[in-house]
Amino acid sequence: MATAKWPAIDKRTLIGKRIDRADGPVKAAGVARYSFDINRPGMLWAKLVVSPHARAELVSIDVSEAASMPGVKATWKDDSLLGKEVQYIGQIVAAVAAETEEIAQEAAGKVKAQYKPLAHQANDRDPTLSKDKPATRNTGNVDEAFAKADVKVEGEYGIPVITHCCLESHGQVAELRNDELHVWPSTQAVSSYADVSISDASGVPRNKIRVDCQYMGGGFGSKFNPGKWGVISSALAKQAGRPVKLMLDRDLELMIAGNRPSAFAKIKVGAMKDGTLTAMETEVWGTAGMGGGVPQQIPYVIDRIPNVRLTAKRIQTNRGPAAAWRAPNHPQSCFLTMSALADTAAALKMDELEFFLKAVQLSARAEVYSEELRIAADLIGYKQKAHLRGDPSGGSVKRGLGMSVHTWGGRGHPSECDVTINPDGSVEAKLGSQDLGTGNRTVIAIVVAETLGLPLEAVRIEIGRNAYPTSGGSGGSTTVGGVSTSSRFAATDALNALFAVVAPKMGVQPDALEANGGYIRQIDKPDNRISWRNACALLGVNSITKRGVNVPGESEKQGFISQGVGGVQMADVSVDIETGVATINEMVAVQDCGMIIDLKTAESQVYGSLIMGVAYALYEEAIYDLKTGRMLNADMEFYRLSGLKDVGKLKVHMMTSKAYDDRGIIGLGEPPVISPGAAIANAVANAVGVRVPHLPLTPDRVIAALQKGGII
Amino acid sequence: MSEKLKSSQVPGVSRRGFLKGLGVSGVATGLLTGTETPTEAAERGSPIKGPGEIPITLQINGKKHQLSVEPRVTLLDALRNRLDLTGSKKVCDRGTCGACTVIVDGQPVYSCSMLAVEAEGRAITTIEGLGTAENMNPVQKAFVKHDAQQCGFCTPGFVVACTAFLKTNPNPTLEDARTGLGGNLCRCGTYAGIMDAVLDAAKMTKGGA
Ligand code: FES
Ligand code: FES
Repeated sequence: MATAKWPAIDKRTLIGKRIDRADGPVKAAGVARYSFDINRPGMLWAKLVVSPHARAELVSIDVSEAASMPGVKATWKDDSLLGKEVQYIGQIVAAVAAETEEIAQEAAGKVKAQYKPLAHQANDRDPTLSKDKPATRNTGNVDEAFAKADVKVEGEYGIPVITHCCLESHGQVAELRNDELHVWPSTQAVSSYADVSISDASGVPRNKIRVDCQYMGGGFGSKFNPGKWGVISSALAKQAGRPVKLMLDRDLELMIAGNRPSAFAKIKVGAMKDGTLTAMETEVWGTAGMGGGVPQQIPYVIDRIPNVRLTAKRIQTNRGPAAAWRAPNHPQSCFLTMSALADTAAALKMDELEFFLKAVQLSARAEVYSEELRIAADLIGYKQKAHLRGDPSGGSVKRGLGMSVHTWGGRGHPSECDVTINPDGSVEAKLGSQDLGTGNRTVIAIVVAETLGLPLEAVRIEIGRNAYPTSGGSGGSTTVGGVSTSSRFAATDALNALFAVVAPKMGVQPDALEANGGYIRQIDKPDNRISWRNACALLGVNSITKRGVNVPGESEKQGFISQGVGGVQMADVSVDIETGVATINEMVAVQDCGMIIDLKTAESQVYGSLIMGVAYALYEEAIYDLKTGRMLNADMEFYRLSGLKDVGKLKVHMMTSKAYDDRGIIGLGEPPVISPGAAIANAVANAVGVRVPHLPLTPDRVIAALQKGGII
Repeated sequence: MSEKLKSSQVPGVSRRGFLKGLGVSGVATGLLTGTETPTEAAERGSPIKGPGEIPITLQINGKKHQLSVEPRVTLLDALRNRLDLTGSKKVCDRGTCGACTVIVDGQPVYSCSMLAVEAEGRAITTIEGLGTAENMNPVQKAFVKHDAQQCGFCTPGFVVACTAFLKTNPNPTLEDARTGLGGNLCRCGTYAGIMDAVLDAAKMTKGGA
């Protein structure tokens, strides 16, 4: 009988190997239909009308002129906002749907909204603007520890608001048909997407909302719910009696569809001459728009410093709202902490690697980090290249190394999966899950095929519909653990049901059988075997369908999944001190994530994180004009992502030894994106000899820091 | 893999190159100067089109398509919204990201930055004309092999740009490719795979694959 327990490393045929992305060909050929690509017969295009004021009272909205334009088929306005405040530029007040996108755009310009402008606040750099009672944390005796410390190192650091900039913007196509609402959203949570908001907007009960998202172009935490755009397109579709497509234009995607909160901090570190950390005091502030909070995990990872004091102040601003952004709060906490620690090493004139090797002893995973630091140092050639802060060589181009450590939880979300074995030998797995580009389809296919002893092509994976068994949203690096476990359980049960049918014909008990290489065979007499096809033919006319359920607490206890990982990253940069331009020579990422299902797509996650990290370290910032409250760079020319030329050489090392593998599946979407900002900033400081305190490390900031430090 | 910097200019498809080749469409960028006014166009003998819908014929992937568009409709919107050719993606809609790249008369072009009426009478190749999921071209094969895609939303643009790039640069160095494909952006961070894929596709193409 087949057991669900993960197969031993040496027994695996697919799990842990380097396997091509299952949907690679359809994506590369351009035939994968993303939600943005759904065109329905008779479909209308919708465009939004948004507030031009950062804060104002909405006095009136008049859509009549727009509604009377030829080609306009439906209009929507937010009457609930009348007499109330709009709180940021880009806040949606109305919408129109028309026969063509061009007509909709023109009609949106004819909607007349009247406002009474009010004073706004868009500044997130000044902690005195915080109106809340600060959050505080206190451990040990900080004052006493500072009094006894050999060195006290003080610094101020900052990491700005950045946005998600998903290449496929947010939105959906909505269509009412036969009392059902069909939606094709760009979402990272297929099973929970049909919520009360679109039900109310369409008048269709939640259980009659059909969600379909086969391919989506990036979410990064910002696409769990329908959002106002989902609500509006549902309402417009109902009103017009025709399908409606509403996808955000790029400027709105950048302004209102979510962002990562900023974090600025004054940090004081107390340490002994030998690098022993004794105290850390932090005042941190930042903004998540009107709601949200401030990152507070400081000290990050090195969290067993005995004496710690933290004050956190949230600043409310009239800016677009925040949304989960890969590893919420971690990149900020990491950047602030690791910058302060590297500055401490510099003040002690201590080698940074030696310092961090000591510092990680004050973490929950001292052994993992120590091992990973050594591997990373090896891969980047630390011994040959390292120097104390400030490249001693002449010339205007300075080179330096920097490092950072990070952690994340993972585990696996609740997930259900149906695996069906058909009499013709075909196999399918169905889950209400989604593939954000992480390789989720591929992972499920690998697990099911491995379980049934079949080649990958023999299983069909159906995801992306809420009609399928409920599976969690893709967030917090929980998908791979969730879907792998539920599909493993389902496939194992289905296989055992097949064994029960086949065993009598083979003259054995079901528990004497195994599935291997396209055969069902007797474990201790492999020659007694029957091909998969013939075995399935014995089912007659009845397929076998079994449901697997991942209950996270249970499967964690049984060792299928786990949580808590460590990762180390190092950066090698060059900085031209005449121009202030920082360039990445090389980045190294060493990462553990427990048992790996597909090494190829797992590595891609880490490469991708490094590249995203280069972007937020060197280029990305949502720049706001304080006077108007407007985001000045709400386009992709000036909200800069990294390009091919910017990323240098990248090396990824996954921790795959048995000890890591034995932990079960953990998840990988978040952890590797946490450290790049800190590692790169520390490398720049190591190169030029002074701290450039604020990300992104743009030439003007580098030059300013060099001038302040008297370097130029 | 050579990482040597080549000092010679790469005859590639950088963003500036794209825009220079585009002519008079309403590209919203500071890079273009001297957009022609309707009067100037009339003086030059260009017929004034619109403002209503006008019938045009586009030659896409070797097939003629007749459609009716307002002159303000971009080639990208005509492909996606009128002809249901949705492989070309709309991402920035401003000539920055390359997700909408198509080949017009042999040159890679941002289809969001060209009007549909401008594309009349020219040979247009879109991602749909480059190979199928079952029968991929060498670039597509290499993209799959090197996992040069995650969400894949930037992928069709990259595949078209790479295909055009390799036509004019059959033996690119890593640095050539980085420059030549600098007009395309990816958010998921697939550049490592893309670099391997381009160089491998160059080899496959030479090998006659
Ligand atoms: S959509 Fe055309 S370049 Fe970005
Ligand atoms: S793969 Fe997602 S944007 Fe490139």
